[in-house]
Amino acid sequence: MAADELRSLYQEIILEHNKNPRNFRTMEDSDVSVEGYNPLCGDHYTVYLKLEGDVVKDVSFKGSGCAISKASASVMSTMVKGKTKQEAEALFERFHDLVTGKPGQSASLDDLGSLAAFAGVSEFPARVKCASLAWHTLHGALENKQEAITTE
Amino acid sequence: MIAQAPFAQTPSKTIPLDVERLRRDFPILQTSVRGKPLVYLDNAATTQKPRVVIDALRRYYEAQNANIHRGVHYLSELGTKLYEDARLKAQDFIHAADWREIIFVRGTTEGINLVAATYGRSKLNEGDEVLISGMEHHSNIVPWQMVCGERKATLKVVPLNDNGELVLEEYDRMLSSRTKMVALAHVSNALGTVNPLKRMIAMAHAKGIPVLVDGAQALPHMKVDVQDLDCDFYAFSAHKMYGPTGIGVLYGKSALLQDMPPYQGGGDMIKSVTFEKTLFNDLPYKFEAGTPNIADGIAFAATLDYVQALDWTAVTHYEHDLLSYATEQLSGIKGLRLIGTAREKAGVISFVLDTIHPHDIGTILDQEGIAVRTGHHCAQPVMIRYDVPATVRASFAFYNTKSEVDALVRGIGKVLEVFA
Repeated sequence: MAADELRSLYQEIILEHNKNPRNFRTMEDSDVSVEGYNPLCGDHYTVYLKLEGDVVKDVSFKGSGCAISKASASVMSTMVKGKTKQEAEALFERFHDLVTGKPGQSASLDDLGSLAAFAGVSEFPARVKCASLAWHTLHGALENKQEAITTE
Repeated sequence: MIAQAPFAQTPSKTIPLDVERLRRDFPILQTSVRGKPLVYLDNAATTQKPRVVIDALRRYYEAQNANIHRGVHYLSELGTKLYEDARLKAQDFIHAADWREIIFVRGTTEGINLVAATYGRSKLNEGDEVLISGMEHHSNIVPWQMVCGERKATLKVVPLNDNGELVLEEYDRMLSSRTKMVALAHVSNALGTVNPLKRMIAMAHAKGIPVLVDGAQALPHMKVDVQDLDCDFYAFSAHKMYGPTGIGVLYGKSALLQDMPPYQGGGDMIKSVTFEKTLFNDLPYKFEAGTPNIADGIAFAATLDYVQALDWTAVTHYEHDLLSYATEQLSGIKGLRLIGTAREKAGVISFVLDTIHPHDIGTILDQEGIAVRTGHHCAQPVMIRYDVPATVRASFAFYNTKSEVDALVRGIGKVLEVFA
């Protein structure tokens, strides 16, 4: 049982994104950049956005943290590129419901793409903050927050 | 079976610790976690409790519960005696000169806050300095930072070398006429370093500076004699030495304690109260306002009986051997780096693995029933000093075994497999 749960947390896709994170770079000409950190475990990322009107034209991130937080940031970056702010926020909401284990999520996993890989996080309450750090930071960036975002 | 030599002929040889027998004293060590036998290696966070301590708590609530110090009825007198017995046992355990020097607090943190808020606030002035070390737990940093901010004093920090030892030449240099207090960990919770306290206290005293010791991580591993150390204050927590949470001791030399203003006001800490004037109580009650933590105090008495009966020479030998074994086994893992390699260490091994974050390691070990701590261990400056975001910390008690170390090593093997 333990081994299964472990596999459900550390899915191949998560391990792969951790090893080869997408959009993992500093963006010199970003329109907005926001720092996010998780004081309890030391996960620390900066999320960079380039916006064109309401559309996220480009997104990247840089920093360090555990596999869950890094893979989540990587997947997030691939998902929100080209989306409108509203679409990105809607994705965040669904992702949040998924990792906090809100009922009724499993029925609609299909259209979540790579995000579905994070469903196993809900079995590990201590790791929910790791998974959602990049998304909280994105949310801060979309709202043009000046201060750093923390999950505490 | 070979007859053993009479004990009198081998006075220098210690009797090995009967760990299997001791483990049976701790009910939780017989349990399983996630279907695996519990391997509890988070003792620096809190230790497990022997049955005698759990029984004392239950007995108090079932048969002895009453408020203490004022009642004239049977239960109140009984409770008072049991609670005050804990004070005498604590005095005996750390070899304090007088029972009035044992002040009950919630734990080490409150003990340090008490000294910072009373001694610190009344003695520190603009330009004065408080000297701490680079390996302190947040609880021996923040209270001093707060009082220094308030009194416009400066907090100075003794640096660490790469092994996690304090640089004594720097320490000596930093002790100055401006230094009004030195506050040091006996044993570092993040690195395991045992500081050469006796020498460091003598160095401070040579310049007339009092020394507070954070003993939270020392008492579980070694016998401490506060008179031999000659420290001015020594704070520790019951729950880190096999006792209940919520109670601890601040030891202080009575001359200093008498001179200090009270910490909190309320019942028990007074002799008489009118609206015009209050007369404060004598030591130690001057610092113990309100109904104390009676239940945990009484269970602490049972704890002190338990630890007092241990063969401490055997405990120290055993733990030293266990720590050496664990250090050796972990060092053999490719890509593993130990954080904290001081010559004198007790109870703690901190490490990091190449490219695998401590939190991922902690989660995977947990699936194997192995409890370790991952994070900054409330010692963020230590993490900054060694340029790591966090570490994995395995911390030991006398009831841990080499086969548990082997389980940890196998668990790390699993981690490496998952992240291969």
